[in-house]
Amino acid sequence: MAVLVYTENWDGKFKKTSFELVSYANKLAEMFNTNVVALSIGPVSEEELALLGNYGADKIISAAAGQFKILDNKVYVNLISSVAEKENAELIVLSHDNTGKALAPGLSVKLKAGLVSGVVELPSSTDPFTIKKKVFSGNAFARVEVKTGIKVLTLAKNSFEVVEKDGIAQIEALQDEVSQGDITTKVNEVNKQTGKILLTDAEIVVSGGRGMKSPDNWGPIEELAELLGAATACSRPVSDEGWRPHQEHTGQTGKIIAPNLYIAVGISGAIQHLAGVSSSRYIVAINTDKDAPIFEAADYGIVGDAMKVLPQLIQAVKEMKVS
Amino acid sequence: MKIIVCLGVVPDTTTKVKFSGDNKEFDTSGVQWVINPWDELALTRAIQLKEDAGNTVDKVVVITVGSITTEPVIRKALAIGADEAVRIDVAPKDSYEVAFQLSEFLKNEQDQHFVFAGIESSDYNGAAVGGMLAELLGVNSVSSVSGLEIEGEKPRIFRDIDGGVETLEVDIPFVAIVQKGIAIEPRIPAMRGIMMARKKTLNVIPPAGTEAYTGITGFELPEPKPPCKIIESENAKELINLLQNEAKIL
Ligand SMILES: Cc1cc2nc3c(=O)[nH]c(=O)nc-3n(C[C@H](O)[C@H](O)[C@H](O)COP(=O)(O)OP(=O)(O)OC[C@H]3O[C@@H](n4cnc5c(N)ncnc54)[C@H](O)[C@@H]3O)c2cc1C
Repeated sequence: MAVLVYTENWDGKFKKTSFELVSYANKLAEMFNTNVVALSIGPVSEEELALLGNYGADKIISAAAGQFKILDNKVYVNLISSVAEKENAELIVLSHDNTGKALAPGLSVKLKAGLVSGVVELPSSTDPFTIKKKVFSGNAFARVEVKTGIKVLTLAKNSFEVVEKDGIAQIEALQDEVSQGDITTKVNEVNKQTGKILLTDAEIVVSGGRGMKSPDNWGPIEELAELLGAATACSRPVSDEGWRPHQEHTGQTGKIIAPNLYIAVGISGAIQHLAGVSSSRYIVAINTDKDAPIFEAADYGIVGDAMKVLPQLIQAVKEMKVS
Repeated sequence: MKIIVCLGVVPDTTTKVKFSGDNKEFDTSGVQWVINPWDELALTRAIQLKEDAGNTVDKVVVITVGSITTEPVIRKALAIGADEAVRIDVAPKDSYEVAFQLSEFLKNEQDQHFVFAGIESSDYNGAAVGGMLAELLGVNSVSSVSGLEIEGEKPRIFRDIDGGVETLEVDIPFVAIVQKGIAIEPRIPAMRGIMMARKKTLNVIPPAGTEAYTGITGFELPEPKPPCKIIESENAKELINLLQNEAKIL
């Protein structure tokens, strides 16, 4: 028995979430008295792979063949499940992000394994296997019992601290003799914004709502974000109106984010908006209406006009940076 | 060509979440049921594609796994513009059971088709049915789909990736797991649609035998948050001070 963790890479590099995930897998393996096997797919340097050992991976399998360059759900599911079988893995963990959501369900079927997505903790009991997950878009938690021998879990972001260890992992290249089936997904074009902080990675997010009144008023939001090294986001009506790009739409039907600090400017705090941001460590609200529901979710608030408050904040951040 | 839209029925997204006294069950009293938001966008896009003469889509079928209580919501989907509905008559216990029931029905589908499933349901947030269904049917899936166009018979898929979008092609049949962007605003039923919906077919199918892989044993509400600290608007500087020295996040 082993714990298998799928660690995604982005252009050959791992992210904090990868290390969170390995740390989680390590604690899970301790509960079951077993080892952590990390699987990396696509080209990643030995040096980068070795980093996973610092967070508790005992063995790292690297599948670097060219065919794995693009995410083909079927091919990836075949590959991960064949590694799971070979390693005798009974617990398979992935991140609860785009890729994890794309692969975990297929793995569940292929391995006849119960899936719990968006888990927030280690299991509260190993037999029966019971674990807590988010439900109702973060408005509640459910305890789920998994009845199958093999289990697939996806870990919600920011729910587990990174723990460094001084372990050294053995790295193994996956020999490509097993064919994982034909690739039927063909990528024709990739459009990526470069040089900007990704909303889903950002530690700080500055977000604007309809209270900003016009797309022409976004200057101060962008300036504050730039100063704080933050990403920018918006509420749904703002992206629906075309004031801001859809990639910025946060909330239940948009991106679900969990930064350290979320600054909501001119956002009323509708339940669907909060569903996407309520896992933030701190929420700051700036709103003219003292009764806006956003203040119930916020840790700090300023009742006032965004166009007057933002310049003051920008000034204060500049002063903070100088001192 | 047919588009099959998997339709989940969920509590309205503004529902105040409550549980039974022992916290073992979701309290459905007073709950307004709606089409799962992502499925509603998927349905909207499917109908738009049917209306577009530049492709061969000529039929939209919605399929739901659920008890008879889901029927008013299924009728709404017909009123929005689906041609036909199927309901598999069982109250499912987990995503696997939903996907299994769908696959048992869809594996017999003879017409050329592909399937739309929403990325997740707004109640249990499983993010699982579409991917499971594809694997059960032995077809491929594409997740995070934020756009889909069809020229003739050939779908062009837009997949969201971190910081951008990929344009893909994939062989038919497949399951498109869709999110925001596939359509912007859900379509609202018009009076004529509501009248016509009454005459459209809603087939009720008995479930296939299967067992759920997981079960919910109880619920919890999150800890209440401490009240918000209000800072005077003339003193916005103080906010930066608090973030730096009290919260220690700057
Ligand atoms: C199924 C469904 C899914 C949804 N999903 C999402 C989602 O994912 N994300 C999302 O955001 N919404 C979502 N919504 C919409 C949601 O219900 C709200 O309508 C939306 O979040 C409101 O956006 P807002 O806060 O920007 O605008 P408003 O609600 O109009 O709020 C604007 C706020 O700005 C304040 N304001 C006005 N002027 C100023 C000023 N000068 N300075 C400071 N403050 C000012 C006002 O007091 C008000 O509180 C969804 C709705 C449904 C039905």
